[in-house]
Amino acid sequence: MTVMGARNQTEPTLFERSRPGRRSSELPVTDVPDVDVDVVLDGVELAERAPLLPEIAELDLVRHFTRMAQRNHGIDVGFYPLGSCSMKYNPRVAERVAALPGFRDAHPWAPPAAVQGTLRALWELEQWLTELTGLHAATLQPAAGAQGELVGLLMIRAYHEHRHDDRDVIIVPDSAHGTNPASATTAGFEAVTVPSGPDGLVDVGALEALVNERTAGLMLTNPNTLGLFEVEIERIAAAIHDVGGLLYYDGANFNAIAGRVRPGDMGFDVVHLNVHKTFATPHGGGGPGAGPVVVSEELTPYLPAPVIVADGEPPSGYRFDWDRPLSIGRVHGFHGNVGVLLRALSYLQRHGSDGLASMSAKAVLNANYLARRTGEALPLAYPQHPPMHEFVLCGTAVREHGVRVLDVCKRLIDLGYHPPTNYFPLIVDEALMIEPTETEAPETLDGFAAALAQAVGEAAQDPDILHDAPRSTPVRRLDEASAARRPVLRWTPETDD
Amino acid sequence: MADYAPHTAEDISSMLDLLGHDQLDDLFAHIPAHLRIARPLDLPPGRSEDETLADSARLAAANRTDLVCFAGGGAYDHYVPAVVDAVLQRGELLTSYTPYQPEVSQGILQILFEFQTMVCELTGLPVANASLYDGASAVAEAAAMACAATRRSRLLVSDGVDAPTRTVLGTYAHPLRRPLDPLAVVADGRTVVRDIPGDVAAVVVAQPNCFGIVEDLRAHAEAAHAAGALLIVKLEPTAVGLLATPGSLGADIVVGDGQPLGQGLNFGGPTVGFLACAAGYERRLPGRVVGRTVDVDGRRGYVMTLRTREQDIRRERATSNICTNQTLSAVAATVYMAWLGPQGLRELALGCLRRARAAAEQLTALDGVDLAFGGPFLKEFALRLRDVDPAAIIDGLCDEGYLVGPLVDDPRGAGGPLVMVAASERRTSADIAGLAGALQRQLKDQR
Repeated sequence: MTVMGARNQTEPTLFERSRPGRRSSELPVTDVPDVDVDVVLDGVELAERAPLLPEIAELDLVRHFTRMAQRNHGIDVGFYPLGSCSMKYNPRVAERVAALPGFRDAHPWAPPAAVQGTLRALWELEQWLTELTGLHAATLQPAAGAQGELVGLLMIRAYHEHRHDDRDVIIVPDSAHGTNPASATTAGFEAVTVPSGPDGLVDVGALEALVNERTAGLMLTNPNTLGLFEVEIERIAAAIHDVGGLLYYDGANFNAIAGRVRPGDMGFDVVHLNVHKTFATPHGGGGPGAGPVVVSEELTPYLPAPVIVADGEPPSGYRFDWDRPLSIGRVHGFHGNVGVLLRALSYLQRHGSDGLASMSAKAVLNANYLARRTGEALPLAYPQHPPMHEFVLCGTAVREHGVRVLDVCKRLIDLGYHPPTNYFPLIVDEALMIEPTETEAPETLDGFAAALAQAVGEAAQDPDILHDAPRSTPVRRLDEASAARRPVLRWTPETDD
Repeated sequence: MADYAPHTAEDISSMLDLLGHDQLDDLFAHIPAHLRIARPLDLPPGRSEDETLADSARLAAANRTDLVCFAGGGAYDHYVPAVVDAVLQRGELLTSYTPYQPEVSQGILQILFEFQTMVCELTGLPVANASLYDGASAVAEAAAMACAATRRSRLLVSDGVDAPTRTVLGTYAHPLRRPLDPLAVVADGRTVVRDIPGDVAAVVVAQPNCFGIVEDLRAHAEAAHAAGALLIVKLEPTAVGLLATPGSLGADIVVGDGQPLGQGLNFGGPTVGFLACAAGYERRLPGRVVGRTVDVDGRRGYVMTLRTREQDIRRERATSNICTNQTLSAVAATVYMAWLGPQGLRELALGCLRRARAAAEQLTALDGVDLAFGGPFLKEFALRLRDVDPAAIIDGLCDEGYLVGPLVDDPRGAGGPLVMVAASERRTSADIAGLAGALQRQLKDQR
């Protein structure tokens, strides 16, 4: 794979590179009177030694992190077909927008008059999101999709509580991402699973049998985690709404339908969006993302506080409204990952409504095309419906050769490709979940399909080439079992080897 | 209109041919027609990069950029060195995702291992995770850990924990029916911890607290432990340039916001939450954890570990619902701490303390301006302003080019809200004199 440099070499940690007396930092001269620490901090327990931070000169610092970067795969390096992650190109203009000094240096406690630009940008982003989802109002506080899930579920909880309606069950499909049931528990609900039918869609009959007066709501991605559009979404919505429950839309797969289908029109009451997926803000190795939540008018009173308000029509000024008596509270110390939200706004402004519809169409085109190409190597797990922006292959065919999908994935690395998501969703045996996104060219997809076909072919002829993969990387397969059994979670001089 | 997709018209038609479709819309034909948008959305048309940037620059310019920052309240105007930005813009780090395939993610994994090590050093505890969203939600996650570990549900939360964090903690605790009781702050600005009931899972305090005052963590830990409760400390990380680490004084879980560590202001986010704990709680950690191991050839390498706690495996029985967190912000903090070094951290903490003492001295020399508390402070302190509306003073100072705040409620309920003032290493004696002069004028104008 293209992760380069120092094959089969370990890189010392910053602590091993450290030499006493070296440093990078130089702080400004202090031009105020000195203080006697023992006097001004009388009675305070002071540090007996400085924390063991590295002592390193700036060039060696830069080289260390450059080497770290060279040992890492990113979208900038190559194809990154992780299902449900929308690993698409991250436009660089967004970096420039977020770095504008007016945005970058805005203090969260500044009086509103001093931060009108940021407030207006955030308010505009909310307008984009409400129109794109077909809903009424938004909060930008959640720092990630999972925190958005928690916020949405807490609002569902508050809605029922306010009506003195005691409901304690959130229904989650068996194909759902693990955050859905985990968020339901975190929000104080019992998570109950509804099975998928043989065609990969929610078993609507089973759902109708499951709903009752305990049902607080249903969490659903549409298209679902298999990449299939739940065509009976309106019957699903009716089943939930008829018993007094609410419908939660997990926006992990919004890239398939942005600008073309709106969750609000499908009957959803609350939506979270992952701006690091659909709106291409950088994933950053696992965050920071942002998970704005958009809700119907009925749920608006329960939004986290504060809420951004525009005064006048057209708006002449922006401020925070803290007086939200029915609010669920808040989930962030300030106003969410604003730097990330500004990047998302720039993405929306670049595309406009038409651009988003074109984006999602090409995402679906690429997924259908790649599903057709990879179908020669491994079958679709659920071929009954056409895939949307992603698809799931079933890799059980290689098992007769003593090979698992994990081995295929590791072999893909040697063939130059980051593997897809594997062993998810859980309802597919030996699953490979593939999302190419719209920013990949057909020749890239052809190359990946050929590599997958090669790896699957090798499974029959030379399975050890898969068992021994990867061989081209800085380290080979790692002993995860002993890492968990005897965890070494920090560097110490004693663990230096 | 932006189009980052590479497809030529020819690409599209040949791909559609393979699929047996005539046009792109056919890919959506199985979706009920009335759910497909038939009209243009009520949104502006797409714009060129140049125009988008120009629009953004106009908005950014609508923010005041001329303010001399003495504001605190959890967000501090520390310098962010150029190397931090340079590292963050490396595409291999910026555009990577959660390191599910460790062989091609050793860079992020090793950096997170280094981050965990540094968090352990700052907190004085042996175990840390690979980041959380921010300091406020980190307190909520720590409380959940403590409730699970003690099998108790009540939380005692100091009034010295900042108001947003207390609200976040309440938002997380309410659905799980975990009661929150307040702990009072007294005249010197410190929390009083005594007579802890037997059903308390944890005592939650901040170091320094939201009034800037250094807490007596050793006493708090002893009181908490005597009742079988854990001590959770929300730490402002630069404080340990001078103070003993919370872990060395008996804290069981130490969390905080890494904003002061190379994150910049960004209107409060993104920053990075951190969490460290005493030995024995590893398997209750929320979020990602990186561990060191070896590969099949015996070479050192890093993996995400203790994975069976996590939502993608444990689902509704996970220790938390966290998936994506704040990795790149943790990278920034790691670069910053390495840039700073141990000597730099001490100089930073001491430099801020000297500036804050100088500011406090000059500001309290004004008539009707007093320190709200008698206890020791580091880079931030609380002022009580007599006979004026403090909010109007803050606005007036802003007009004069000085940013102070936030306003915080006086925990003793006496008088109006207090004004927080913080001094970073970037403030000069001239800045401090300027602020004092501006405050003097504002007090005169408003009395």
